[in-house]
Amino acid sequence: MPARRDSHSPAGKSLPERGLLLLIVLVLLQGSVLPLGATSSPDTTRNVDNRQVKEEKYNYTKKAFPVLTLDYHHIQAPFEISLWILLASLMKLASSLSVACDTGAMTEHQPVAREDTALLTGQEAQVLQGPDGQRGTTWLDWLSVRTQLKGFHLIPRLSGIVPESCLLITVGLLVGGLIKLAGEDVPPVLDSRLFFLCLLPPIILDAGYFLPIRPFMENLGTILMFAVVGTLWNAFFIGGLLYAVCQIQPANPSILHKIELLPCLLFGSIISAVDPVAVLAVFEEIHINELLHILVFGESLLNDAVTVVLYHLFEEYSGAGTVTVLDCFLGIISFLVVSIGGVLVGVIYGLLAAFTSRFTSHVRVIEPLFVFVYAYMAYLSAEVFHLSGIMALIACGATMRPYVEANISHKSHTTVKYFLKMWSSVSETLIFIFLGVATVDGPHHWNWTFVTVTVLLCLVSRVIGVVGLTYVINKFRIVKLTTKDQFIIAYGGLRGAIAFSLGFLLDNKLFPMREMFLTAIITVVFFTVFVQGMTIQPLVELLAVKKKQEAKRTINEEIHTQFLDHLLTGIEDICGHYGHHHWKDKLNRFNKKYVKKCLIAGERSKEPQLIAFYHKMEFKQAIEMVESGGGFKMPSAMPSTVSMQNIQPKKPPPAKPAEKAEKAPSQLPKGREEEIRKILRSNLQRTRLRLRSYNRHTLVADPFEEGFDMNNYLTVPAAPPDSPTMCRARLSSGKDTDFKPAQQQKGNKTSPDPQSYRAKPESDSVPTIQVDLASPQSPDSVNVMDEFRRAGQQQRGGGRGEEDQGLMMRPHKTGEGADGKDPQKLTRCLSDPGPSADEEEDQPFLP
Amino acid sequence: MGASQTRAEHQYQDLADKTGFSFEQIKNLYQRFQQLSGNEETISRANLDSIPALANNPIRKQIIGAFFDKRNQHQDEVGSCDQIGFEQFLMVMSHFRPPNLRTTDEEKEAMRKEKLRFLFNMHDSDNDGTITLAEYRKVVEELLSKSGEIGQETAKAIADAAMLEVASINVPNMGPEEFYEGITFEHFEEVCIFFNVSST
Repeated sequence: MPARRDSHSPAGKSLPERGLLLLIVLVLLQGSVLPLGATSSPDTTRNVDNRQVKEEKYNYTKKAFPVLTLDYHHIQAPFEISLWILLASLMKLASSLSVACDTGAMTEHQPVAREDTALLTGQEAQVLQGPDGQRGTTWLDWLSVRTQLKGFHLIPRLSGIVPESCLLITVGLLVGGLIKLAGEDVPPVLDSRLFFLCLLPPIILDAGYFLPIRPFMENLGTILMFAVVGTLWNAFFIGGLLYAVCQIQPANPSILHKIELLPCLLFGSIISAVDPVAVLAVFEEIHINELLHILVFGESLLNDAVTVVLYHLFEEYSGAGTVTVLDCFLGIISFLVVSIGGVLVGVIYGLLAAFTSRFTSHVRVIEPLFVFVYAYMAYLSAEVFHLSGIMALIACGATMRPYVEANISHKSHTTVKYFLKMWSSVSETLIFIFLGVATVDGPHHWNWTFVTVTVLLCLVSRVIGVVGLTYVINKFRIVKLTTKDQFIIAYGGLRGAIAFSLGFLLDNKLFPMREMFLTAIITVVFFTVFVQGMTIQPLVELLAVKKKQEAKRTINEEIHTQFLDHLLTGIEDICGHYGHHHWKDKLNRFNKKYVKKCLIAGERSKEPQLIAFYHKMEFKQAIEMVESGGGFKMPSAMPSTVSMQNIQPKKPPPAKPAEKAEKAPSQLPKGREEEIRKILRSNLQRTRLRLRSYNRHTLVADPFEEGFDMNNYLTVPAAPPDSPTMCRARLSSGKDTDFKPAQQQKGNKTSPDPQSYRAKPESDSVPTIQVDLASPQSPDSVNVMDEFRRAGQQQRGGGRGEEDQGLMMRPHKTGEGADGKDPQKLTRCLSDPGPSADEEEDQPFLP
Repeated sequence: MGASQTRAEHQYQDLADKTGFSFEQIKNLYQRFQQLSGNEETISRANLDSIPALANNPIRKQIIGAFFDKRNQHQDEVGSCDQIGFEQFLMVMSHFRPPNLRTTDEEKEAMRKEKLRFLFNMHDSDNDGTITLAEYRKVVEELLSKSGEIGQETAKAIADAAMLEVASINVPNMGPEEFYEGITFEHFEEVCIFFNVSST
């Protein structure tokens, strides 16, 4: 499987590149095999032996100081962990590459599967050699095998059809199989502790932090219905019928007869919960519309509480064998405690995180850490009491996000985003791989009846549950769920690693059927992930289910959404009917009045949503204007030549930067120009401050540091600007002014070359607005240029490096001159402004 | 007694046909109407103005104005009136009635359009079929009117940006001398296409 990574290499790669890839594969191999061999070696005795031997050796040859020693044991655990992670990341890379390769070069030979076998034989050989074997020779062998097989790319590509999760499970299966073949013991990779404490939280936090709150809240009733009632129904339906089936066939004595009702119900409750990891993995690829996505995904998140309670309840009483009415009652209470308690814990930690982030403006570097640590604490604290950790994490992430985002800097925001995505995707990959490994490892007990019945019951109960519940829910919903929707919801009910881990947790003594349960669980997981996961995409196409709209959030949409919200609240008030708009409005007002004040630093707390949105947008556009110059990629939908002039002919009002840059910058109205200058001037102040306050713990680099390498990028070679004065001098000489032409070229056609816009000759005949450019004693204008130039450089140099956009040019919020007075705000701006517009998050982060 | 009952029922039936509300809903709304009007036949702006829950709504004026706007009362008239009776009240309310299970897709689409028209009418205060820049600015100003003095200045900029956006979506290529007069209903629909107008 590792070969998938370099599967594209024959597709027009040069030899050295191929060699490099080979090398990487080698490293990977070493990585994936070594830990397996080592972790799987239960014979610590051998290691001890080695040590003893080593020590003896030391005793004998106590001549010289050992210059080089080998102590693998010393680093074994972390080393293996990193290697697993490396394997996971490479797999991720491999699958994305092969997908890209598939879509890109259709005519290429696909070197995928055959090479896999080649690689795997290599791996095998290595494993057989054991961790202490002579790796060198193995590699040579393997290399020869690989070169031999290099030409045979017979098996057609898979990755176009198969979702990533399936590929990863297959990788896990292969790795596990190899370890088995090598005669080693498979490490207990999907150990429940590891799973619940390390692998699951990042995924859930990522989901919670980026939870689309609005659709989630609007559909909360439906989601809860599916999550609570649906899961309960599934658990009891599956458990009950399974028990019934086990009791049939009285003639031939079978192991199934011995199963009692409670273990069956326990099994039912484990198997009935939809798994967020699997759902995320599959739904991310099919790009289904938001409603369906949030319904299935929300269900998978919120059913955790039900699963936890049912699990503990049945586990507790399966020893006793009976459940009384009182126990049922306690179970219901426990459910409320677990779910509400979990949410509460999450909210408390979320608020704490928000509150902390209010004060981090001086220590920007550790800002993102608070988000992660508080969230993890929330998860752990909830788990201490066996509350629903998943719900705690979700609540924590969703609560802290709006406040934290308003407080932390743009860079920190990016960091948070990337870290969350990184962790969650690695965890997800690891989980799927481990699932495969654990499958090979597990002591299986295959019982045809049990497994088949389980799979069938899962399907049937899911369909009945969804259809039945939708019938009820549709009576209350305004946007009804159609039959297609119901089908996708039912079909999207994937099971995953959580179920497996829960099954793994069962005590072998209490549940002699544990192995059979595990086998059945794995079968169901495989069935859902492979069969349903692979067919859901074609089905979505076939049924023409509405896809996700990729529309960016526009200012109009924002205005009308808010207007409509207020309107509906108003209508409800006039009706005297207190619907959910009324309460939402109340909550919003409470939030604005009290909570925001406590949790958000500075004036941002008072900023209405619409204005905040507008500022983000304006900021983005300004950046884009600077970035693009000539060749402009319109941010919103389509190219346009509409300018402010067109909508208001009388007095020239401020034009919008995007349009202005797009159209030959012929109109830069006075007001706008003034505005830009103000923005830039205030940014200059920040630059100054930044220079002064630089230290190891502020992430803000010397502003000219970036200038150095960016200069290579410039078409006109210029000496690296080493001091503001230098810059100013150069600017005044009119040599190095990036932005100026954009203002200058009145009447000039925009030059076709996007890079050359800065090099436009300054014809004096053209009326320019760079009024003070020639006079160095007017610092403002020069600084304006300076700032703009650097921003432009960064933009071009860093490509789409959005984190760098933050450095300058923050459109002003209110009082333009307020900058110097408000130290808190100043420091805030010090590194960069707040998070940019939302659409960034909406972009699919992963290919 | 019995006669009045049947008369009331008859009247309800009439209203139900016109507005699409159920008897139950009409009854509830009638109660509310009487409560608001103080058992009068008609309702005035002052009555609606005094609803305490509305006090914090930034677009209160426009909402109340919409009730007295004849365009929203299915009467093919323009202008506004000072007093509205229960029937008109119901007519305005009917824009916001929830679709029921039997509503077909076409009906839903029609309702959506109706609702958009209602919104459009709220923005288009002078009823000339376009939302001009001045009108749009006013909308945004109202929307921000509760947020203090920061709102005023920004509102203008926001309205400008929004207007520009509409113009660039609907008339992609416009010469510098052309003039985009304002948002027509068709353009408004285009702009609002992405959100789902569903309500109580």
